[in-house]
Amino acid sequence: MAGGDVIIGLEVHVQLNRLHSKLFCGCSTDYHASDPNTHTCPVCLGLPGTLPVVNRRAVEYAIRVALALNCQIQGETLFYRKNYYYPDLPKAFQITQYDFPLGLGGSILIKGEDGEEKKIRITRVHMEEDPGRLVHAGTIDRAKYSMVDYNRCGMSLLEVVTEPDLRSPKEARSFLDKLRNILEYLDVFDGGLEGAMRIDSNISLVGGERAEVKNISSHKGVEKALAYEITRQRSARRRGVAQVQETRHYDELRAITVSIRTKEEAHDYRYFPEPDLVPMRIADWVPKVEAELPELPDAKRERFVAEYGIADDHARSLTSEIRVANFYEVVAKRAPPRLAAAWIADVLKGELNYRDITIDKFSPDHMVEILSMLEGGKITEKGAVEVIRTILDHSGDPSEVTPARVVEAKGLVRAGDDAVKAAVRAAVEESAQAVADYRAGNEKAINFIVGVVMKKTRGRADPGEANRLVKETLDEI
Amino acid sequence: MIRELQEGLFAGGSAEEMINSLFEKIRRSRLNAYNHIAEDQALERAREFDRAPWEGRLAGVPIAIKSSISTKGIETNCSSRILSGYIPPYDAHVIERLKEEGAIIIGKTNMDEFAMGTSTETSYFGPTKNPWDLDRVPGGSSGGSAAAVAAGEAPASLGSDTGGSIRCPASFCGIVGLKPTYGLVSRYGLVSYANSLEQIGPLTANVEDAALMMEAISGHDPRDSTSVKSEGGYLSGLYGGVEGLTFGVPEEYFGEGVDPLVEEAVWDAISKLEELGASWKMVSLPHTKYALAAYYIIAMSVASSNLARFDGLRYGLRLGADQDWHTTFSEIRAAGFGPEVKRRVLLGTYALSAGYYGRYYLKALKVRTLIKQDFERALSAGGADLLVTPTMPVPAFKIGERIEDPLSLYMADVFTVPINLAGVPAISVPCGFADGLPIGLQIIGRHFDEAAVLRAAEAYEDATPYHEAVPKEVI
Repeated sequence: MAGGDVIIGLEVHVQLNRLHSKLFCGCSTDYHASDPNTHTCPVCLGLPGTLPVVNRRAVEYAIRVALALNCQIQGETLFYRKNYYYPDLPKAFQITQYDFPLGLGGSILIKGEDGEEKKIRITRVHMEEDPGRLVHAGTIDRAKYSMVDYNRCGMSLLEVVTEPDLRSPKEARSFLDKLRNILEYLDVFDGGLEGAMRIDSNISLVGGERAEVKNISSHKGVEKALAYEITRQRSARRRGVAQVQETRHYDELRAITVSIRTKEEAHDYRYFPEPDLVPMRIADWVPKVEAELPELPDAKRERFVAEYGIADDHARSLTSEIRVANFYEVVAKRAPPRLAAAWIADVLKGELNYRDITIDKFSPDHMVEILSMLEGGKITEKGAVEVIRTILDHSGDPSEVTPARVVEAKGLVRAGDDAVKAAVRAAVEESAQAVADYRAGNEKAINFIVGVVMKKTRGRADPGEANRLVKETLDEI
Repeated sequence: MIRELQEGLFAGGSAEEMINSLFEKIRRSRLNAYNHIAEDQALERAREFDRAPWEGRLAGVPIAIKSSISTKGIETNCSSRILSGYIPPYDAHVIERLKEEGAIIIGKTNMDEFAMGTSTETSYFGPTKNPWDLDRVPGGSSGGSAAAVAAGEAPASLGSDTGGSIRCPASFCGIVGLKPTYGLVSRYGLVSYANSLEQIGPLTANVEDAALMMEAISGHDPRDSTSVKSEGGYLSGLYGGVEGLTFGVPEEYFGEGVDPLVEEAVWDAISKLEELGASWKMVSLPHTKYALAAYYIIAMSVASSNLARFDGLRYGLRLGADQDWHTTFSEIRAAGFGPEVKRRVLLGTYALSAGYYGRYYLKALKVRTLIKQDFERALSAGGADLLVTPTMPVPAFKIGERIEDPLSLYMADVFTVPINLAGVPAISVPCGFADGLPIGLQIIGRHFDEAAVLRAAEAYEDATPYHEAVPKEVI
């Protein structure tokens, strides 16, 4: 999919869903488990005569993000009206930013297609209110009717716009993962909530016009949507059909993009400054927000390498999610840091990923206990993996499954030296053919005998140790 | 008026009886000043008051409210078909304040549709008539609020003033109307026409009542980001007189287009102020001739955005069976808005369109800055303390006389719109009659200097008989 002829820019809508109230009214943001239209008030419903009032905390959060994305914070910022008719927009205009957005000219580092660090430029970051949500009876082009839920209406959104610096769907995904990671570090965003991140994408082939693909509803969906669109544009080009500037809708169910309007049909949004809000001198706010800025992923990664002496790859993996990084630091304070890094980055993350669950489901105490048993030779590496899997797969009361109990219940205690030696002697005696093959010069025959040892110890012997003992015994005889 | 009324109530009078007699009068009236009478709510509150009278600057006082101000549980339709039947679930800030001060809301008054007009003729519910001559308009857009007070159908009322909508009908109906400094009264609950220009203000029988109403409704409201704290002192400083004050007389507000009888009445008023110890001098507001154009561009542009929300989806007019979204809301808007509203929405949409924004809207904002500077210069230290002008260039015109010629109607706003562009406070007080029709004197002050405006108006009113005149056409 790379190929170097693909140009992608993203417009990412991020819901600042860690705020307690909406952008211009006091309504609660905690609507995800509620019935439709229960988190509304005259202001977010746009009833005649109501006025917006800016949630200052939302502006602080937005500045926090803009700073973390290395943007220049503008001295003064103001809101505009973007006018258009749609049933999910109760005022028939969206309060957003236009000229004088909050932040300009930032960047994010990602791991590029070639594995090298790559800088993706950010054009601008601005604030706006979220519209409501339409629920169609069926698909958008065939629904007989639609219903509208205004719970989401008025939620604080940040729009993050990139330069066309991305070269593949994979890079786009990698950008979004990094963005999400930064947002979660900043404690302004929970990516796990419905509608938390929505993506519009501008995509073109070198020498062709661009299509804007709207309605990509998750960072996971972006690779699929972009891959489809690239294939579509390539095959059109092969057939000699020129791409025109157009807006396309991503249909997630069918995983295709559908043209909804061409450039000629583009909206005129008649932007003008929102007269009910006054300009904000945010330059004065920056020092305070800057002082409260937490450590960000790249800085944390460098610190992990320096402070814990772990490999850069491990540090990158551990810091790619704030919860994993925090988990690691708790464990690394009480267990050998390098061992902890390897087990969390290489084993635990893989097991979590396989089950599609987050690290909250695993206790750092358990990790410390497992690492301590491993280091003390009480369990083998294989046994440690078994303990982790057993705990993750346990569905009942988590206090019932401690590593110690799992080791005991499953008989995972590493076999003692005498027991292993006895098993080795017995295995050598029982494996006449393998012994003969070994003597005849077939070194691989030793693996069969080690297998017998493992079987006899029910896996509690260390395979390396068993190998060494078998070899020793054979050479002695 | 309000003071006497309250004295009567506390001397044993019944609020219920008083309000019932008002309702009786309104029902018999030929003025069409009201769109809606809040009979049940008002009488219930009056009975409560009679049982256990409460305190408050407006305790027991019946007040009429313009139909563009949101009243919880009482229809608020802006005299438009598209909002007919809309009952708000919340009170505007000013309504909360009036209730806290003990007032009783008696009904919603007629107006130009969405405040777009100078005559109350664009109302979906038909024009309100001028109590001084039933063939004439009451002015607008707060024509119902003015006519009701002039005819004794309400002791006081609230209106809103975007380009003269309080002062014009006050002038035409021979009562007092104050447009406060922009930001002094919260707009929360005022259905927006042109947000950066408009203010809610009182229409009253005399200056003292206007000051009293201002004490009640002014002040900071966190729900309106453009609202500021009030200094108050409107009543306490009211009787200080005009001695030592200098009045500026803007040369641009006299001459061509001004009825000679109006001009004469205003000059008489200036002489009266001089008699009372003030001095006066000619001043210039050189950008006045651009005010109307700038005003209408700003107001129509913003209005085209403000009125876009009326699509019938959540409240207001709904026609028979629904079609697809675009067809349905287009049909509702086509049927729900009157011709003047459509004209302004279309012109405003055009002015904001890509490629025209800089040529119209932005340019109008620049003119607005120049006009504001005109006022600041004329009212600067060493200049004038207050300005005096005619409120309207002419007395009330006949119903139907100008409605087919929108430009002639827009021209009537020539002395009121610059005040909204500048954001300064201005009052209209009665200053005489032209062939039996009231004439209004406009007194303009510095930003947030309502106290001086009211003090001068009170001194003038105290020295003249015009506010005591009662229209003969009404009983």
